[in-house]
Amino acid sequence: MLMPVPDPVIISQKKRLVERLRKVLPANAVIDDVVETRAYECDALTAYRCPPMIAVLPSSTREVSEILRICHEESVPVVPRGSGTSLAGGALPTADCVVLGVARMTEVLETDYDNRFIRVQTGRTNLSVTGAVEEKDFFYAPDPSSQLACAISGNIAMNSGGAHCLKYGVTTNNLMGVTIVQMDGTVLKIGGAHLDSGSLDLLGVICGSEGQLGVVTEATLRILHKPEGARPVLMGFDSAEIAGACVADIIKAGVLPVAIEFMDRMLIEACEDFAKADYPLCEALLIVEVEGSDLEIDAQLALIMEIVIAHKPVAVRESASAEESARIWAGRKAAFSAIGRINDYMCLDGTIPVSELAYVLKRIEEMSRKYGLAVGNVFHAGDGNIHPLICYDANRPGELETCEKFGAEVLKLCVDVGGCLTGEHGVGIEKRDLMSYQYSPEDLAAQMVVKDVFDSKWLLNPAKVFPLTVSKPHRSMSFAAE
Amino acid sequence: MLETEAEVAEFISGATQPLIIRGGGTRSVGRPLAGDVLELSGLSGVTLYEPGALTIVVRSGTPVREIEDLLGTENQRLAFEPYDLSGLSGASGISTIGGVMATNASGPRRIQAGAARDYALGVRFVDGTGTIIKNGGRVMKNVTGYDLVKLMMGSRGTLGVLTEVSLKVLPSVEQTTTLVIKKVSPHKAVSAMSRALSSPYEVSGAAWISGAVWLRIEGFSASVAYRAAALQRVLSPFGENYLMPDADWSEVRDAKPLHGLDNVWRVSVKPSDGPAILNALSSDCQTLMDWGGGLIWVGNTGGDVCATHTALQAHTAVLGGHATLIKAPETVRSSVSIFQPEASDIVLLSSQLRARFDPRQILNRDLLT
Repeated sequence: MLMPVPDPVIISQKKRLVERLRKVLPANAVIDDVVETRAYECDALTAYRCPPMIAVLPSSTREVSEILRICHEESVPVVPRGSGTSLAGGALPTADCVVLGVARMTEVLETDYDNRFIRVQTGRTNLSVTGAVEEKDFFYAPDPSSQLACAISGNIAMNSGGAHCLKYGVTTNNLMGVTIVQMDGTVLKIGGAHLDSGSLDLLGVICGSEGQLGVVTEATLRILHKPEGARPVLMGFDSAEIAGACVADIIKAGVLPVAIEFMDRMLIEACEDFAKADYPLCEALLIVEVEGSDLEIDAQLALIMEIVIAHKPVAVRESASAEESARIWAGRKAAFSAIGRINDYMCLDGTIPVSELAYVLKRIEEMSRKYGLAVGNVFHAGDGNIHPLICYDANRPGELETCEKFGAEVLKLCVDVGGCLTGEHGVGIEKRDLMSYQYSPEDLAAQMVVKDVFDSKWLLNPAKVFPLTVSKPHRSMSFAAE
Repeated sequence: MLETEAEVAEFISGATQPLIIRGGGTRSVGRPLAGDVLELSGLSGVTLYEPGALTIVVRSGTPVREIEDLLGTENQRLAFEPYDLSGLSGASGISTIGGVMATNASGPRRIQAGAARDYALGVRFVDGTGTIIKNGGRVMKNVTGYDLVKLMMGSRGTLGVLTEVSLKVLPSVEQTTTLVIKKVSPHKAVSAMSRALSSPYEVSGAAWISGAVWLRIEGFSASVAYRAAALQRVLSPFGENYLMPDADWSEVRDAKPLHGLDNVWRVSVKPSDGPAILNALSSDCQTLMDWGGGLIWVGNTGGDVCATHTALQAHTAVLGGHATLIKAPETVRSSVSIFQPEASDIVLLSSQLRARFDPRQILNRDLLT
């Protein structure tokens, strides 16, 4: 993966920058030791690593503003970081950058049940947002698999999804307002506890901008009352085609479950070994979850089962208790870890029209044979967001490169059938160079206009999202030749 | 009449003076504009409909009615319930999907299902230089690059002219009923609505109309019956309630009690601030609260329009939110700030964005300023 050559001038002035940062931050909030900065060398895309020049850990919006103002004056690139769980390399540093981590900003600032929102500092983890409102039976809906660890800042940067977004939407549908600090230190408040913008929807373009438009320090999030109950059902099928057809029929029938998850045999076996969720061993497994009171759940499941039976399932099992439901979800949410225990893997994240599921799975299987690398499939079937996990051996020379070629071919296929490169993980560096496959030069130029306006020197997370050759004329002169 | 995207692009790049972007002509909110009309009703028709994928792709000039009729044949619908302003404005045109999306026009179901912007999956548009740009796509989850789709929703044609939108649609429901509590003060109404919206019973509409609270429950029959009964119990402390299966929610959606009035405003605040807005109004104003108290329609005839307008925007500035002048005599509309004034740093960002997307400043010029 090509990254800009670090600017030797910036690196030579490290000492002065550290001194300036120490003047505005507590001593333990500026990390410049070469051993300690290694803690920030990568995110969850561990194949790429580079320790930053400096890492800073502010505790307030004011401190973030001071840091950015200084870096702006010194023309030093800044890489914002939440919890470092990005699978796309969204928080990968460069050797001449300052990593700005929001991990110390975890406070709940306001909880308002009557108006159904919570305002938090964005270093707070996704799951602990729900934790803060659980006593009143409320929750924050978007639920990425990494929700125990991932920060709201990263959720906003990547517009994260999750298993339950079929019903509740992704981050952008649950984000009401932000406090965002621009690269020059300007603090803006956009949106709030009211709904929708009275003018341009800047909040909408900030969400999903991968930390390139500003550092979001506070967020107003929509919270909801928990449903009375929820019940997942496991359904096994003889092939992915049958499972795919079943999903399309369920959706067409007007029943909208809160989640429809798919796993193939390889994932079922890996998850079973790891999480002991008692999944049926078969070619294709669906986890379909519906919500409501027992009466409502029974009624919805009756409708769903009528459709499912017509597709001749090899196994059907309704969860009989809260413990069993938790175990079923624990298995699904541990899918990536379960594979990671066995193999190095690369997790893809394309989205396809649900009507193309069977065709795309067949093509992925063909590619698996062509490249000689095993692949497992786990995905959000209801919305077509697929996560093929390509297994490789990082210690075998050339295998990562083969894996990346395989991955690129799958993502191009997603685009070819009418879908996109990434459904919920973001572009980062991982899919950066494929952007020109999905978008024309004019389409990319329109996106970069927004970057130009928010961060004219292109100092925030500059080497991400856009192919380097495409963004080069826009990026700041602080970058040396590549 | 322009019938293709390429013709729209050519028209814009060849334009020599400002353009007024027009779909059905039912949403002419904002400062009176001067210039050539860019009429989009010829850019009409559905280009793709996949009921099994819950997606539809339509050209921007397609009448909303036509889309709703087509979705109806598959028992699906536009869940964000776009409102129609023609009853308020007296305009004779036919509402188009481009106008709905460009103004992010969302009805009562906004509080449960989301806004128009939340259902927009992709756009094609022509910017102020005549360049055709696409963003997003036609799949439900897509974080590939910046979300210009959201930026276009609500930009009222000032960044570009929508030529095509792809939308997420949802299944229609088997049954609908409305719980009604009559003769409730605004303050008590918001408390009752808040209680309902903080319950697990999935209320899909919460309004205060003609002094009564309306709470909508939708879904499969058994579920509607169960939730309606549960809500009736929960809300009993707020006064006698009953179910009205045939409540007409277009009354709320299109603010019908305010039709015929000369001046109309649309105000968005947090729900508990709704009553404070109502209290501040003079007695000649008629009002309607939607979104659990968070959306307030205000209307009157005569009176000092500028003073009412200034007072409303001053209130929303303090409370957090926005007030928009939807209808008023032209002399008023050309002299006041129709949209809520924003902080100077945000105005700067917005105007820089407009200057880059439309360097000649010809698309709906000055509409948002």
